[in-house]
Amino acid sequence: MIEMVKVNKYFAAFHVLKDIDLSVARGEKVVVCGPSGSGKSTLIRLVNRLEEHQSGKVIVDGVELTDDVKKIDRVRREVGMVFQSFNLFPHLTVLENLTLAPYWVKRVPKKEAEETAMHFLARVRIPEQAHKYPSQLSGGQQQRVAIARALCMKPKLMLFDEPTSALDPEMIKEVLDVMVELAREGMTMIVVTHEMGFARTVADRVIFMDEGRIVEAAPPAEFFSAPRTDRAKLFLSQVLGH
Amino acid sequence: MRWARENLFRSWPETIATLLLLSLLWKTIPPFIDWAFLDAVWKPDSKACRASEGACWGFVVEKHRFILFGTYPYELHWRPALATLILIGLWVFSAFRAFWKSWLVAVWAVGLAVIGILMWGGVFGLRYVENERWGGLILTLLLTTFGIAAAFPLGILLALGRRSDMPVIRALSVGYIELIRGVPLISLLFMASVMLPLFLPSGVTIDKLLRAQIAIILFAAAYLAEVIRGGLQAIPKGQYDAAHALALPFWRRTYLIILPQALRIAVPALVNNFIALFKDTSLVLIIGLFDLLSTVKISLNEPAWTGFGVEAYLIASLIYFVFCAAMSSYSKSFEVRR
Repeated sequence: MIEMVKVNKYFAAFHVLKDIDLSVARGEKVVVCGPSGSGKSTLIRLVNRLEEHQSGKVIVDGVELTDDVKKIDRVRREVGMVFQSFNLFPHLTVLENLTLAPYWVKRVPKKEAEETAMHFLARVRIPEQAHKYPSQLSGGQQQRVAIARALCMKPKLMLFDEPTSALDPEMIKEVLDVMVELAREGMTMIVVTHEMGFARTVADRVIFMDEGRIVEAAPPAEFFSAPRTDRAKLFLSQVLGH
Repeated sequence: MRWARENLFRSWPETIATLLLLSLLWKTIPPFIDWAFLDAVWKPDSKACRASEGACWGFVVEKHRFILFGTYPYELHWRPALATLILIGLWVFSAFRAFWKSWLVAVWAVGLAVIGILMWGGVFGLRYVENERWGGLILTLLLTTFGIAAAFPLGILLALGRRSDMPVIRALSVGYIELIRGVPLISLLFMASVMLPLFLPSGVTIDKLLRAQIAIILFAAAYLAEVIRGGLQAIPKGQYDAAHALALPFWRRTYLIILPQALRIAVPALVNNFIALFKDTSLVLIIGLFDLLSTVKISLNEPAWTGFGVEAYLIASLIYFVFCAAMSSYSKSFEVRR
């Protein structure tokens, strides 16, 4: 599904990602963790070209990402993304947020797009909020709308960039529940998160990053019980230690 | 009493300020009422006016048709009058959100066509009136209407251009905006009326009114562009991320996501610019077009009525004020709306 070969990425002189090799199979769930500034977000933003890489190859669903706008477009249609700060469109209602891209990008008829939207709103358990504006919802509800919005494009792959980091503790669970459900249905997912409980239940593989490199990649059971590097041990003690 | 104590006399400095303001009002308002109403002369009789202490509304009564319609043929004044009403009607009609449908464009097209027919004539048995003779309020309103209608989209394009990734487009936009903003509107109007014809191939002529209109549009667009750019800069990067992630192409993204938010943020400044544009149309006076303010000035040239400028300008200001107040109070409904 995703193939990254020797990928390097710079922000001006700053070397953010160093020789990243990563492949993700269809249906696989990968959790990416690591200290802040380690390049986790940048890594998943490469997948739908919200960031460009400077060398190496990024291939998503058989399409290599280059400057070619058509290819970028093709990949973005297949890849859904959920952000830390939700990024819902504040001037549109929940329903309009959900139908906008299917209608304007995939040219799904309005009525059908609305039916799909209501279906996914029910799945994330807030169908009654369809006609409200994002600012009228709680953070947890907004993030679930954001997940539904991505799903309405019927993506083959979902990216989650710290989806629960901006939420109050009591809302984290409602979002994670939706994500666990999605994982059980077989969606391919890459999730940047510090929710180690989620990683344990859902992930096929945990990737640990530090200073722009993938330092460890292992199944969660192995990663949590026997991390190989000192850096990962330290990180885990800090994340799990409270 | 309680309200007064809480709002006007809460502390010593406040009490002093209140008393000062009250005495100021006491000194200005009664004399104004005396001048404007009690001692005023309402008959169009300049001798009576000169004898009286009060305002000479007679001048306005006498000259109101010239002030409103300029040099348009006197017996045909019903035509610009009707055109003015239609134009104001179109604006009022467009103010209702319920009418913001695609057919509103058609309503405007028809309305403007009718206005054109009324003003020019030449068909349906209406006498032809060349636009050199148009003047007064309708000229001000037409310059404003077409000014806003053309400068606003142009300003949006310039603002987008200035933020474009393409260096050529960005350089052109920056160059245009800085060049135009660096020049007073008066000099643009002079250039449009004097220099533009020199650049045109011989045989091609653009009339004075159109030249002034173009100058106003080019001028306003540069200012609007910067205001809109301010709105664009206030949009969080996450909105772009989300739009990109949903594969929305540039124009869709801009039209559906970015502009609706940017323009709403820019509303106070936009209205500010629209009001400025409305009032700036009075500068066409210097290239010999008779807008509302010019007609006031010209009617004062008549020997019998020299010296009654205050009354006339007061009325002109009142007309300007009514339109500006309408614009700004309407714009408030955008700001509160979420």
